Amino acid sequence: MEIAVIDYKGGNVQSVLFALERLGVQATLTSDEEVIRRADKILFPGEGEAASAMSELRAQGLDQLLPTLTQPFLGICLGMQLLGTHSEENDTDLLNILPFEVKRFPADAQHKVPHMGWNTLQRLRSPLFEGLQAEDYVYFVHSYYAPVGEYTIAEAEYPAPFSAAVQHRNFYAVQFHTEKSGPVGTRILENFLKL
Amino acid sequence: MREACASRYISNQMLTKRIIPCLDVKDGRTVKGVRFEGLRDAGDPVALASRYAREGADELVFLDITATNQKRTTLVALVRDVARELDIPFTVGGGIGTVADVEALLLNGADKVSINSAALHRPELIDELARRFGSQCIVVAVDARYTVENGWQVYTRAGTHNTGHDAVEWSREVAERGAGEILLTSMSNDGTKDGFALDLTGAVSRAVSVPVVASGGAGSKQDFTAVFQQANADAGLAASIFHFGEIGIAELKQHLRADGIPVRL
Repeated sequence: MEIAVIDYKGGNVQSVLFALERLGVQATLTSDEEVIRRADKILFPGEGEAASAMSELRAQGLDQLLPTLTQPFLGICLGMQLLGTHSEENDTDLLNILPFEVKRFPADAQHKVPHMGWNTLQRLRSPLFEGLQAEDYVYFVHSYYAPVGEYTIAEAEYPAPFSAAVQHRNFYAVQFHTEKSGPVGTRILENFLKL
Repeated sequence: MREACASRYISNQMLTKRIIPCLDVKDGRTVKGVRFEGLRDAGDPVALASRYAREGADELVFLDITATNQKRTTLVALVRDVARELDIPFTVGGGIGTVADVEALLLNGADKVSINSAALHRPELIDELARRFGSQCIVVAVDARYTVENGWQVYTRAGTHNTGHDAVEWSREVAERGAGEILLTSMSNDGTKDGFALDLTGAVSRAVSVPVVASGGAGSKQDFTAVFQQANADAGLAASIFHFGEIGIAELKQHLRADGIPVRL
């Protein structure tokens, strides 16, 4: 199985590569169109800020390529948010693969921003979460979120429900760090590789 | 029984409070100072990190106290070794002073980088790091010591030098500049095992809208309950009580859940 991890200077890709390595899976970090098109699975990690991520994707022509892909695709964290239409983070237009607007969490005394730490997944509705238990936790670090919509396949609450995971056709994405979520995250990654 | 069910329900719906073992490393080995003096060897960092992850630690912090020229190379190598093995997040800190240092650590698998003296020396560094890498991976460590004249003051150089900054005001400034988390250590409590500095932690937690990690003084499970319930800390950090097995991570979290605090079990 050929796995491509999209390289667009999008932050902590090393953790995703190591997580795949722990599963005994070889992956290629690449921005090459041919390698990406040929791959059986695509991982699209991301951290940092939306506008600079988008300008890097545009500089490499990836903003045109990614929406045309047909193999199973997994966006992680910022890599999920970038699939939406628009982000409040520096008023940024996104890849427009999924119909959500990315918004900033309103901070209050009980809800610090970033939403940082372990939270539970609720209302799971995807083979991506096969084998998960009711009280399984995953690790989140983000200040912006995608609201719940028809594309939502898992929710979390902070304090209101938001999309912890989304899907449209072959495009799957998770807001949490599946590569940093212990055995639960490993299971989700394994489930994705089986899609 | 009814109470146990209620706390179970609460914990199932919320962001949990984090328990973070801190590993002091020097030349690639784990050490821990009591009041920052008299270091004791507590083992191999990668092995310790994996053990803590299995026991239920939510995150780890590595604090590098190496003072040699090879510091940067050994720290990057350590980060890579840890990241290869560990499936939970970790923060690296200790003498990190430049954008290039931070980039090297993040590229090799660190989830967050903690800066301290460099931020006091040149506060704009926080803005630059947050813009470049995102606030989510920039932690500012604030070391505070209580003084009779001026209350909680920010100290550097292993707690020997008073910077003249008020700890709460400085915390507010670093958050405004883009720190995504504050690692708040009470030097007055560190090593005493008398409990966290609840007044300091509560004041900083009220002053900023980013998560606050309380550090310094943990000696018992009740100390963690207190810092979460009374000071609204988002995470509790400790070192020697974990390294020397005085408190197990799993039993600590069971205790916290019984006290109604949301934790990941």
